[in-house]
Amino acid sequence: MNSPEVLARIRDLTVTYQTRLGAVSAVDHISFDLFRGEILGLVGESGCGKSTMGKALMRMIPPPNQVSAGEYLFDGQNVMAFDDAQLRDFRGRRISMIFQDPLTSLNPVQRVDEHMLEAVQVHETKTKKEDALPRIRTLVERLGIQQERLGCYPHQLSGGMRQRVMVGLGLILNANLIIADEATTSLDVIVEAKLVDQLREIRELYGVAILAISHNIALIAELADRIAVMYAGHIIELGDIEKVFKKPRHPYTRGLLASVPNIKLDEREELFKMLGEPPNLSHPPSGCRFHPRCAEVMPICSQLEPAFDEVAPKQWVKCWLYQDPPSPNSAADKVRK
Amino acid sequence: MKIPAQSSPDFLVELKELKKWFPVQKGFLEVLLAGHTDHVRAVDGVSFTIRKGEAFGLAGESGSGKTTIGRLAIGLETPTAGKVFFDGIDLASLRKEELRKMRRRMQVIFQDPMASLNPRLMLGDSVMEGLRIHYPESKSQHRDMVLDIFDKVGLTPPQFFFNKFPHQISGGQRQRVVIARALITHPDLVLADEPIAMADVSVRALLLDLMVKLKNELNLTYLFITHDLATAKYICDRVGILYLGRMAEMGELKEVYNRPLHPYTRALLAAIPIPDPTQRRKEVMPEGEIPNPIHPPSGCRFHPRCPLAQEICSKVEPELRELVPGHTTACHFSENFLKARK
Repeated sequence: MNSPEVLARIRDLTVTYQTRLGAVSAVDHISFDLFRGEILGLVGESGCGKSTMGKALMRMIPPPNQVSAGEYLFDGQNVMAFDDAQLRDFRGRRISMIFQDPLTSLNPVQRVDEHMLEAVQVHETKTKKEDALPRIRTLVERLGIQQERLGCYPHQLSGGMRQRVMVGLGLILNANLIIADEATTSLDVIVEAKLVDQLREIRELYGVAILAISHNIALIAELADRIAVMYAGHIIELGDIEKVFKKPRHPYTRGLLASVPNIKLDEREELFKMLGEPPNLSHPPSGCRFHPRCAEVMPICSQLEPAFDEVAPKQWVKCWLYQDPPSPNSAADKVRK
Repeated sequence: MKIPAQSSPDFLVELKELKKWFPVQKGFLEVLLAGHTDHVRAVDGVSFTIRKGEAFGLAGESGSGKTTIGRLAIGLETPTAGKVFFDGIDLASLRKEELRKMRRRMQVIFQDPMASLNPRLMLGDSVMEGLRIHYPESKSQHRDMVLDIFDKVGLTPPQFFFNKFPHQISGGQRQRVVIARALITHPDLVLADEPIAMADVSVRALLLDLMVKLKNELNLTYLFITHDLATAKYICDRVGILYLGRMAEMGELKEVYNRPLHPYTRALLAAIPIPDPTQRRKEVMPEGEIPNPIHPPSGCRFHPRCPLAQEICSKVEPELRELVPGHTTACHFSENFLKARK
């Protein structure tokens, strides 16, 4: 692949939730680039902020909670400056989102074709029904849904088919990015595997980028081109999937990968056991947020937050093991950058 | 098939030709017009045994009947047909009070620890409940017994956890409390129904390890119900693969994983993602999803999705047969897979 084109440029994205216990930053100063047509897997344990990040990219964080970004350019446009009308157009047409449970995302009293048609008509007011229908039929066919199924209501479809309808709703408007938040989690393994194949096919066919959010690391290994690992509101490692799996650099990534069960019998018989549990984000640990659980902790880890640095070509890691500690006077500005 | 009334003493649990059909709820008019009641055949003729000290894994997709079998095995449901023997005793022959006494010996761990624990009871009291019911005579020692079991499941220091409420501890710790509560009555059989499905990866490995450790220490027998074959590998000795209320394949875990003899098992094993991006799956997955258990397909229940299906498959239901010692399969064409890698 020649040098990939940046679809979304995200710098210092922060989401702050107002809770009874005070402000909690579920996503804390995250910076990365998302490339056109790539499948980026975003993994992490529950509560690490991965779903919040997905919503923040659509700016779907309701007040009084806040989303702020140093910079969020999508296809060259500044999303943070969008007004309501622009946001409405942006969501759906440029980015679309698939959730875990398709039955709660689809309207139970609307047929599949009506769903599709509505999506087209809301975003392309000039398109006539007669022009939209052939488009819908071709798309549905490509997704492996029979034509007759267009007249079905969501409850008449199987779980895998419902999820494909959701994917279709994103594709009908030629979205540049589909955010799939645990989209395969409620499906049975065989159906899940089938959907994974289809997502890859769709990417080839339509060139759409997919941000696959999942707690299932093995699934991301099967699906994604690049992987981003989140821990306690930070991306702590990001890189090419094969490189990260071959040589995980962050101690958390190493532990996480070693604790994933593997069906292969010749693989190790015991899982790696990481001590402790993820922290409560209302009182995150000082310095590196992983330091209380880290086997390679150093004195500096509890004092200063490491930067998210490119430690190898196209592989970013947020860990002091790969960075020089700052000199005393420049410490303050290195913490945040 | 004739069902013998006696059971062998080597087995802790023995299920024979077990069936559980649930009537489908319908409106009055529908019943009147149809003239009969439909049934969901959740479990439709399943037999297997669990040896003492063994961990038996029951795996299958949602709707395969695995949870219902678990509930039948410990007498939480009464079977529509067939028998359940626990340590040689037919559960159906027991009176209510006798069954209650028997329950001390069989305990359950469910998937969601938050839903299993009373939010208004302190953890110590929750766990002590079982002692109050089954060992009322040793009341003075109850507290020490609870502290002791907390220590065993890794809730240390035990005194700290005794007076906490479920919402004050983490998810992983909650599941440890549930495990402690199951073990406090000194059971022989522990039914674990997706016990770690809710836990995060890093916590999951710790819980699995704990369950294996406790099994060896306390000489437990597990009926481990899961949809996740990769997890089953780390705890189970034998597995049974269920499909739509019937056993598709059963045998030693290593044997089944190494040489699956049923096309369904083969698809299931191939579908599980491997955490290695250089080894991506090449197999094409079977079409469709698990059918409706009210009107299961004729013949072999897997035939509409099976890549090998022949005419016979839609007509004759294959019996579970032992192709390799200890390894049974319910497929007409399993011989084809015998030559496969060992």
